[in-house]
Amino acid sequence: MKILVPVKRAIDYNVKVRVKPDNSAVDLTNAKMAINPFCEIAVEEAVRLKEKGTASEVVVVSIGEKACQEQIRTALALGADRGLHIETSDSLDSLQVAKLLQKVVEEEAPQLVILGKQSIDSDNNQTGQMLAALTGMPQGTFASEVQVEEGSVAVTREIDGGLQTVKLSLPAVVTTDLRLNEPRYASLPNIMKAKRKPLDVKAAADYGVDLTSKVKTLKVEAPAQRQGGVKVADVAELVEKLKTEAKVI
Amino acid sequence: MTEPLIAPLELPFQLFDVQDTETLLQRQRFSEHSRETLDAVLDTAEKIATEHFATHNHKADQQEPTFDGQSVSMIPEVKAAFDAYCEAGFLAGRADFDAGGMQLPETIMTACSGYFMAANPSTAGYPFLTVAAANVIQTFASETLQQRFVPPMLTGRFTGTMALTEPHAGSSLADIRTRAVPAGDGTYRVKGSKLYISAGEHELSDNIVHLVLAKLPDAPSGVKGISLFVVPKFRLDAQGEPAERNDVALAGLIHKLGYRGTTSTALSFGDNDDCHGYLVGEPHQGLRYMFQMMNEARLGVGFGAAMIGYRGYRLSLAYAKDRLQGRPTGAGPDTPAVPIIEHGDVKRMLLAQKAYTEGAMALCFYAARLVDDVHSLPDSEEREQTRELLDLLTPVVKAWPSEFGVKANDLAIQVLGGAGYTREYPVEQCWRDNRLNPIHEGTNGIQALDLLGRKLWQANGAGLQVLQQRLQQDLAQMKGEVCQNLSAQVAPYLQQFAELMTTLQKDLRTSALPVHLTNAQCFMNIFSSLVVSWMWLRQAHGAERRLAQGADSEQHADFYQGKLQAAAYYIEWELPLVSRDFALLQQTNTTCHNMKTDWF
Ligand SMILES: Cc1cc2nc3c(=O)[nH]c(=O)nc-3n(C[C@H](O)[C@H](O)[C@H](O)COP(=O)(O)OP(=O)(O)OC[C@H]3O[C@@H](n4cnc5c(N)ncnc54)[C@H](O)[C@@H]3O)c2cc1C
Repeated sequence: MKILVPVKRAIDYNVKVRVKPDNSAVDLTNAKMAINPFCEIAVEEAVRLKEKGTASEVVVVSIGEKACQEQIRTALALGADRGLHIETSDSLDSLQVAKLLQKVVEEEAPQLVILGKQSIDSDNNQTGQMLAALTGMPQGTFASEVQVEEGSVAVTREIDGGLQTVKLSLPAVVTTDLRLNEPRYASLPNIMKAKRKPLDVKAAADYGVDLTSKVKTLKVEAPAQRQGGVKVADVAELVEKLKTEAKVI
Repeated sequence: MTEPLIAPLELPFQLFDVQDTETLLQRQRFSEHSRETLDAVLDTAEKIATEHFATHNHKADQQEPTFDGQSVSMIPEVKAAFDAYCEAGFLAGRADFDAGGMQLPETIMTACSGYFMAANPSTAGYPFLTVAAANVIQTFASETLQQRFVPPMLTGRFTGTMALTEPHAGSSLADIRTRAVPAGDGTYRVKGSKLYISAGEHELSDNIVHLVLAKLPDAPSGVKGISLFVVPKFRLDAQGEPAERNDVALAGLIHKLGYRGTTSTALSFGDNDDCHGYLVGEPHQGLRYMFQMMNEARLGVGFGAAMIGYRGYRLSLAYAKDRLQGRPTGAGPDTPAVPIIEHGDVKRMLLAQKAYTEGAMALCFYAARLVDDVHSLPDSEEREQTRELLDLLTPVVKAWPSEFGVKANDLAIQVLGGAGYTREYPVEQCWRDNRLNPIHEGTNGIQALDLLGRKLWQANGAGLQVLQQRLQQDLAQMKGEVCQNLSAQVAPYLQQFAELMTTLQKDLRTSALPVHLTNAQCFMNIFSSLVVSWMWLRQAHGAERRLAQGADSEQHADFYQGKLQAAAYYIEWELPLVSRDFALLQQTNTTCHNMKTDWF
């Protein structure tokens, strides 16, 4: 069984982001970038399925500028077998990404596509769902457990108020939630091995997909500064403040 | 989201702007690597340090290892962290590809160790000592000893120790009493007591390999009569598996000010006359072998001190941005309180910490690069020159960061005020942990003597010549306004240093020599302050270059401005303090020298 894992290059979760002075975007100049944490969980799940003997090959794909190859290498160091970089300098929306991935799915014919449920930069939570719709594959989103069976996959989903398990026939799309697994570290020997694993590069333009963005960013603003808290003497004062100052009761 | 152990821009700046680490990749030894692999290795170090080491730093300090007379127990987090470190392959990071290693540059391994030192120095002690011990065996022991002991040490199945110190012999190893007698079959029987041996007993590994200094029966007296032995806790069977218990016993654990997570042990060798030891290399060469490794070991101590100092700096910085107290001069009592970082004296304390710890970091990376050059430069003459410079700088690399790392931690406590003095906040632990560093691996007093009494004159002063050439080369490149201004302020001190060297050279064979050696710390102060000024000029140069390129975000520009300000702080506030030391040495001041024991 072949597994396809799309990964996104995103700002490292440790970096405190700043908005550009002209409010056009977050300032990414020279910022530390990493694999989006949800995508890393997707890689880990695929590699575990390979280690269990369920999967035979794990292919990682990333779409974007040349630097995305760093994240593909990271995924290879975590245990993926080969990489595909679809190069473009355009900034794409979920829909264009999903359409490019649709083409990759047609070429690679994976039995399972595992994606992160969202990326920590734009928090859209759409690509996996769009890819499932475009390809007609069933989807199991927000997975906290994945069990591959003969011709199907059982996905336990984190939903409001509890867990739901769905059974999808393969090929299928799964998106990962935080609790699915804890990704391993790239060990030093595996970092070296990753250098020798194949990484194909293709131009996004060659896929015949309309890459023009359908979303326009009007303005980017930092969240409002959190006000410092105050300590109240007793419950009476709390209730009083909730009424008069916060005006919530 | 946790506060990162090291500011995200710091290591890339030190490694790739101040140092040109990428040029190492052209050397044959490192040619398999690329910037990408180096970055990936650093990422893994940061993750493991953050997730497995930092998380129990405080707990390991509060719950020291205990000994029930049978075995040592400690909190389980130490083992989990040790295992994560080993599984990631860090123990073999420096080793040859053929030995299952990664052939990574010392510069990069040093940077990796920075994360572990900032996160949890005590737990880091176990793997670090193992690497050092394996390195000695790999370099000097017979092939048989190498084959039996090194591979399991590079995977963490066996750990290592360095057993030099004895109850009556610390600084003066010439006086050790541990004996080794040939058993007739090529092995030796070792007998004696060792004290303060770090990681001398624990349950983290299947075996503990002690590197023991001892004297053979026919040994010449003094340092020329010391040999080095491998003494395992369990002897190995034919397959190399730990089998019979060797006659090494834990006499007791030592309870310390800091570094509490690392067991400190008193060890008895040969209580039952059955402690098997295996000679490393030739007889009577033990101290020489150990000292060849000292450059690297002392770099490790200096860098550890820099990183614990740096950790305290970052913690006190975060506190100072958060803690509201007082108002700016002139502001009315009803105006809101400001974060203490806005007070001038708090800025001074933070700047001093920054200048000490990032200066120490730059110094250690400079030395790490020299280690790489000694191992990988193609030209043998250049290698030799580099070795002389490294030898000269080693006492500084050990002593300066360990003195000023502790000073930085002292200031971190002060920045936190009362909170800093409590165990609720982590800075007092930083101070206690760091307080070891001026003591072990040769006390700072011994380092000053080594510098003034030996290293300065070694090979006709070749080290100092190389240093002066390199300093001048660097200065010639610094065209930025800040660098020009700062180097003009350093110049008079370099002139005074040249004059002092003339005086010292003249005094070498006179009765002034013992007085100068009494005042060796004055020389250490001068020499290290000049070297650190140089290191700050190098950082200022890197920062000015980046700012001139103008390709960075506002956040990055702030980082480089901070570097320029810290360079100015060091050169304007700290360097001038050496005027006292110049005066004392030039006048051959005898106040300490002539003090008599009975006058105290
Ligand atoms: C936590 C800890 C861990 C350690 N780990 C190890 C280890 O793993 N392995 C190991 O072998 N040792 C270890 N040591 C021992 C350490 O290396 C020694 O403590 C150190 O070398 C100093 O020796 P000493 O304690 O005997 O002090 P002394 O040698 O008694 O020194 C006391 C003071 O006298 C000064 N002094 C001594 N001789 C001279 C001189 N000739 N001129 C001027 N001043 C002098 C010293 O600078 C110092 O200030 C450790 C020590 C500690 C505290």
